[in-house]
Amino acid sequence: MHPNLGTEMLGVMQKRTVVKILLIFTLVFTTSNLFAKETEKEGEGDIKTEIKEFIDHHLQDSHDFTLFSDKETGKHYGFPLPVILWDGGLKVFSSSKFHHGETLANIDGNYYKLYHSKIYKTDAAGTITYDEAHHATNVKPLDFSITKNVVSMILIGLLMFFMFSSLAKSYKKNNGIPTGIGRFLEPLVLFVRDEIAVPNIGEKKYKKYMSFLLTVFFFIWFLNLLGMTPLAVNVTGNIAVTFALALLTFLITNFTANKNYWGHIFWMPGVPTFMKIVLAPIELLGVFIKPFSLMIRLYANMTAGHVVIMSIVGLLFIFKSWVGGPLSFGLAFALSLLELLVAALQAYIFTMLSALYFGMATEEAHH
Amino acid sequence: MDIPRIVGAGLIVIGAGVGIGRIGGQAMEAIARQPEASGKIQTAMLIAAALIEGIGFAALFTS
Repeated sequence: MHPNLGTEMLGVMQKRTVVKILLIFTLVFTTSNLFAKETEKEGEGDIKTEIKEFIDHHLQDSHDFTLFSDKETGKHYGFPLPVILWDGGLKVFSSSKFHHGETLANIDGNYYKLYHSKIYKTDAAGTITYDEAHHATNVKPLDFSITKNVVSMILIGLLMFFMFSSLAKSYKKNNGIPTGIGRFLEPLVLFVRDEIAVPNIGEKKYKKYMSFLLTVFFFIWFLNLLGMTPLAVNVTGNIAVTFALALLTFLITNFTANKNYWGHIFWMPGVPTFMKIVLAPIELLGVFIKPFSLMIRLYANMTAGHVVIMSIVGLLFIFKSWVGGPLSFGLAFALSLLELLVAALQAYIFTMLSALYFGMATEEAHH
Repeated sequence: MDIPRIVGAGLIVIGAGVGIGRIGGQAMEAIARQPEASGKIQTAMLIAAALIEGIGFAALFTS
């Protein structure tokens, strides 16, 4: 080896580092300069709060499907959805009567107001009363509306129905070989069976749970992917939706559990009597913590993903310069790719853990 | 701004990060030692990581 090679390489590396540091400095310097100018002009605090409000609004369910809004003209582009209320009788009307929360809806002499994405009953003037913690104290009628999230779920449900019924039909027509979209779905179905259900539940009992596991896997995955489209729905990032999914897992686990499972919870075999008494409440708590963690995990992961991507897109409006564009685009692109992975991973983990709980509930005694 | 909550959230993230990092690192080592068992190791790794993540999120939301 050449004796000077080491030092030469060091020299090259040093040069590169110097160039890199210079680049970073110029970048920081220019951006900080631009920042300063921006604050003088308009005050970037306004933009920041606006972005925050936008993200908050995006994370919530809404009563109309707004694709985009024009702030200057105050116009919203999208379509209204039906509102179904139970307030001493069924009341069905279009959400266009609210005009995005700007006006009151007058239905049979009752006034309803859309306030922070929730519907309150008000008087004719539309006054909202507050308690000390600034929570509205108006009467909230029972709300069964077809909201944005419900529409998305119905859409995905129909999509799944047509996709999987076409898969089933193609087996009949084509001697057991799938065609079309079925070629994409079959490996996934086999994946759920061979990698999730069979290893966790066991050869003998897995069939009973397959329908639930497959439904949950594809439902969560497709909804996660729908959240990545510019439709900007956030269904799996809604705690009510994940609560319902986790509740199903909880009910199935407990209603199909055998004697051995309950024995392990209330009277743990193979430990001293004192420990049995100590373990029983902890294990009982575990029964509820398991589906609770399923709920929180899916909700938090999807919400966090949406917040991070939208904040990074929001950087564009904070920088308002040639630096912001590539920066925000590059980061948002990379994070979107990551979110595509997370979408599949969270569906997998939810299904996997559900299968694990079913397996635990149906395990036979082995001693 | 209430500082204890922010510091608490930071601590939670550090804890969960260290935990998941260790799981990932150890799984890498295990796969390097036994590449033929990589499928099983990945599954176990994901489950353990998901459990820690769940606790992390639960703590973050209550902080």
